[in-house]
Amino acid sequence: MNLAVKRWAPHTLALVGLLVLLYPLVWLLATSLKPADQVVTSLDLWPSHLEWSNYTTALEGVSGVTVTRLLGNTLLIAGGAVLGNVLSCSLAAYAFARLRFRMSRVMFAFMVATLMLPHHVVLIPQYIIFNQLGLVDSYWPLILPKFLATEAFFVFLIVQFMRGLPRELEESARIDGCGPFRTYWSITLPLTRPALITTAIFTFIWTWNDFFTQMIYLFSPESFTITLALRSFVDQSSTSAYGPMFAMSVISVLPIVLFFFVFQRYLVQGMATTGLKG
Amino acid sequence: MSTVSTEAPPGADRTDGPRRSHAPKRRGPRRDKQWPAYVFLTPWMLGAAVLTLVPMAVSLYLSFTDYNLFEAPSWVGLRNYREMLTEDPRYWRSVGTTLLYVVVAVPLKLVLALGAALLLKSLGRGRSFYRSAFYAPSLLGASMTVALVWRALFNDGGTVPDVLGAIGINTGGWVGNPDLAVFAVVLLTVWQFGAPMVIFLAGLQQISPDLYEAAALDGAGRWRQFVSVTVPMLSPVVFFNLVLEMIQSFQVFTPAFAISGGSGGPADSTMFYTLYLYERGFTASHMGYAAAMAWLLLIAIGVVTLFLFRTSRSWVFYADEEGR
Repeated sequence: MNLAVKRWAPHTLALVGLLVLLYPLVWLLATSLKPADQVVTSLDLWPSHLEWSNYTTALEGVSGVTVTRLLGNTLLIAGGAVLGNVLSCSLAAYAFARLRFRMSRVMFAFMVATLMLPHHVVLIPQYIIFNQLGLVDSYWPLILPKFLATEAFFVFLIVQFMRGLPRELEESARIDGCGPFRTYWSITLPLTRPALITTAIFTFIWTWNDFFTQMIYLFSPESFTITLALRSFVDQSSTSAYGPMFAMSVISVLPIVLFFFVFQRYLVQGMATTGLKG
Repeated sequence: MSTVSTEAPPGADRTDGPRRSHAPKRRGPRRDKQWPAYVFLTPWMLGAAVLTLVPMAVSLYLSFTDYNLFEAPSWVGLRNYREMLTEDPRYWRSVGTTLLYVVVAVPLKLVLALGAALLLKSLGRGRSFYRSAFYAPSLLGASMTVALVWRALFNDGGTVPDVLGAIGINTGGWVGNPDLAVFAVVLLTVWQFGAPMVIFLAGLQQISPDLYEAAALDGAGRWRQFVSVTVPMLSPVVFFNLVLEMIQSFQVFTPAFAISGGSGGPADSTMFYTLYLYERGFTASHMGYAAAMAWLLLIAIGVVTLFLFRTSRSWVFYADEEGR
């Protein structure tokens, strides 16, 4: 009897914790399907009937820009960011992890130090630069920095991973006459796949969720991401449009949830081994 | 996408760096040339220079100026800093709110993360399911969507005030209450304990079972084992999480923005530091002032990090002398 309690207590606790933790997400889903009158007056979690028209309204988007377009915009930015981070961070990481050069210590220390740098210190000058270049209200300020390995987190992550790889393969490749680029591309990079996948997943999710940078750089509704559209949707609509608003919210996080289900194994592993933040 | 092609293709060694040929001096089967390293580093070096170092210098300069983005910056010396520290009650309000938030949210989050990690470790079956499920909030945590849900849940007539009211605690809506609004943000952050939890779990799994066996043989009970084995062995991970969470918490933005509709209200009670910085810089066009705020934030984070590193010597225990 006592043994059974001991055995089941953790499971019960975990289950209760799960209910509390996931309640807001269930609430989100339920509210997105509630008819307008029930949102304001009723405290029931479950909708009295499923109001699918919330989703039809949401799909129309904001200021004449459809949700499809908004999702496409967001995907473009997130995709560009993923490509940029994976490419540029792995290039830099390979140099730090495997190549010898003067200044390597200084540069590496600088790279690690930027991990702690609050974004706000460089924010305003970066804004001025992009403004001077006439690139504000375009996707360049959101994508270009990723091609310049500005996210030290990922450079660091990939360096750590590459340092753990056995050197033998690379050395024999070199003895066989591979130059550093060939070695990087066809030997090291494939071996680094787990770290690259982690980089890609987190870049995607963070870019998708990002609000601050997008808000600063994008003005015209046609260039909006789903997050920005969601915000202006909120500003425009009253409480009676709660249903459509949360329907749009659901749509906006759907890609991330899908991503999570597909990649959660890599995601959690990558984070555990590198101490990445979510 | 056209951005891709701007990347220097491998082999196009435009950066040759100092091409000193001291290669023959090196031992080893191959000559080590330096230029390939600089080619690999070209994107990073460009980014570090153009998007980090130069902006840092510029923002330091701007912090001593009055600048509204349209006219040339005019030098005002220390006026921004003086105004901030002595004449701006909203600045101090934002400092106070942020500190309160850091001091409450970070420990709460870490305790919950550690508790959850210990719980998960004790689960045999279903551990990976729960791990993913507990992590789910963190995944969406930074998004606008969650902040909107939060606002609705903590608003007047929302679930949280209602449930509390049902058990006799009448708080009213948190979002509109200047005394409680900040705690709605705190709970939003605490709710996302998934990332430190996963790191704690990884740390827990690396503690050798031998240590627990030895402790049990010496007659240590569960609590004693926790205090004498788990805590010291886990202290590097605790430290790591603490530093990371602290740095992040100083910069909290989206939840505060969303819960208050961008206003930092009610009565500036959710006017976090970075929200005020944004308001000064981008809404009120006082870029110089915002830059000065950013520099004080950098200094504050630096000081606190240094402090944590200093004190860590007395409580962080590394099993192998080299650290990690």
